[in-house]
Amino acid sequence: MQTPLLVDCLLHPKERVPSLSLNQWDLLIRQARQARLMARLSLVCRENGVWDAVPEQSKAHLLSADTVAAKQRQTVDWEVHALSKALSRIDVPLVLLKGSAYHIAGLDAGRQRVFNDVDILVPRELISKVELTLRNYGWITGIMDSYDQRYYRKWMHELPPLRHITRKSSLDVHHSILPDTARFHPDPKRLLADAVCLDAQRNIYALSPLDRIIHSATHLFHEGEFENALRDLFDLKYLLDEFSGRDAQFWQKLTARAATLDLSLPTFYALHYCRQVLDSQIPQDTLDALRGASGVGLRKSAMDFLYRRVLRPDHQSCDDGFSGFARWCLFVRSHYMRMPLHLLVPHLFRKAMQPDSKG
Amino acid sequence: MNSRLSTELQNEGLKIRIGPFSVSVQSQLKTVLLGMEQLYRDYPSLDAQDFIDFHVAIKAPGGLRRWYHPQALFYFDGRQPFKPLPYSQAFAFFEWGLNWCFAQHSNQYLIFHAAVIARDNKAVILPAPPGSGKSTLCAGLIHRGWRLLSDELCMINPQTGLIHPVPRPVSLKNQSIDIIRNYDAAAEIGPIAHDTAKGTVAHLKVPHEMITLQEQTAMPTWVVLPKYVPEAAATLIDMDKGDMFMEVALNAFNYSVLGATAYDMTADLMDRCHCYRFSYSRLDDAVKVFDQLFEGKV
Repeated sequence: MQTPLLVDCLLHPKERVPSLSLNQWDLLIRQARQARLMARLSLVCRENGVWDAVPEQSKAHLLSADTVAAKQRQTVDWEVHALSKALSRIDVPLVLLKGSAYHIAGLDAGRQRVFNDVDILVPRELISKVELTLRNYGWITGIMDSYDQRYYRKWMHELPPLRHITRKSSLDVHHSILPDTARFHPDPKRLLADAVCLDAQRNIYALSPLDRIIHSATHLFHEGEFENALRDLFDLKYLLDEFSGRDAQFWQKLTARAATLDLSLPTFYALHYCRQVLDSQIPQDTLDALRGASGVGLRKSAMDFLYRRVLRPDHQSCDDGFSGFARWCLFVRSHYMRMPLHLLVPHLFRKAMQPDSKG
Repeated sequence: MNSRLSTELQNEGLKIRIGPFSVSVQSQLKTVLLGMEQLYRDYPSLDAQDFIDFHVAIKAPGGLRRWYHPQALFYFDGRQPFKPLPYSQAFAFFEWGLNWCFAQHSNQYLIFHAAVIARDNKAVILPAPPGSGKSTLCAGLIHRGWRLLSDELCMINPQTGLIHPVPRPVSLKNQSIDIIRNYDAAAEIGPIAHDTAKGTVAHLKVPHEMITLQEQTAMPTWVVLPKYVPEAAATLIDMDKGDMFMEVALNAFNYSVLGATAYDMTADLMDRCHCYRFSYSRLDDAVKVFDQLFEGKV
């Protein structure tokens, strides 16, 4: 498949951006909007000295995205502040996951990134206490029927999504990074034990750099919806680029840590697709080691067929005749990876009978 | 309908400039073709090579829906941000959908929910909640010497403080449709959609000369909060600037997105403008008061 224009421009701005026609800009802006990478594109253009080559019409869209990104940074800062205040009442450290962690840690991956919600990780034995405390500070579960409530509490690795009663911001409180019913069983205690402090005064933590990468990979390759798949893969690329430069032993440590957490498979996919789709520099022996540990075997070519179709901007210009099929297969796979069939089938059956809801 | 406009609409999309935006509209639905022919024929057309800000389409679903409670779907670049509406509301759906596209994706402006009219490039901002008679007043005034900048979106440039026009058809509801039809023989009204969430809705064409002036910005000069009061005489009274600040800020589309910039801009706007409450019942009386306002006799 052809490299999408957006990916090409984000990876090679100096070569590609100055020579774009107005028609190509039209397409680039549309792909960036659907992939939620417009603010990042704006940053990439500025930092590579090609901002002046951006036509005025396109600049308007990039500036608009910049404004939204600035607002989101401010919102996340405020939510994190409010959360740290709430959790300090019960002496539970605030462990940030995903986007908010990248942003608060000042990582490249967090710059000009669009956020959906804030995700945090708390020890399982404290989950009820945390929920109660957060409720006192205004975070409550949305309207949800008792089946959904039970489903989350019994099977999922997180509370039902919380929403702040006045600010309307959403918050996902995880006690693990995969459901108990999933094929892999990373021990959340290990993740918490290795968490690193971002702000001692406010008791704010993030997963260790290696775990941040492995969690991001696990999330992407267990996900059933692909609107943000390309953005998530870029997160991984930026994390890998930044952390691999800081530690000469990085790749060996990553491989070992993935094995310890029982997450070699998603980590293998993450590195493999960062290289295949985003031209990341990944040592071959790391890929070989992860591949060996993951037991991926012959499935890899089927997965390549599917993932190469979803790790693209979710825009009509990037689809081919198999894109819909690929999304459907991977949606089914994501459920299968999270739940054994004897639980999954009754759940999907119930959801199918119930219009306007998502499993 | 075999005009160039309807051919383009039905094929690769009709590409036109509306204020600062370029738009491509694609549809094969009869009422959309009809509405576009009536209300959009005067907008400057664009080439296939031009950059398009917003690609929209209005379609009908296939299958049984073609006969059983037929529907219209609004697409923004291949996605459906809204649930379907009844087919009879297809043209109004296009108008609402395009407003949403502009309002959601144009944070290079501060956008208040307000009508804007101007004379000699001095603008009156008319913020108002639905039902206040804002659109009717605006429709009347643009047939009596005022230029339409927008019926819904007051877009202010943060760098210059000037208002950028987006002259789109004025949305009229219920009795207002006949009031405006009878008010001026030149008023051209598009397809009528019955039983929408807002009642009966139709759109008034923007007079040609106002489209030719659509790149001419205007200086915010007055902010007038209108209210239709049955049988009332037209009266304009001073309004507290703090109250008006809250009125426009709470009715902005992207005040919270622009944050501190929006606060400073709104404060600056209040400092520069005269603020009034205006109640009226008859359009002719309202026109007189606005003439006096313009002439500085208030």
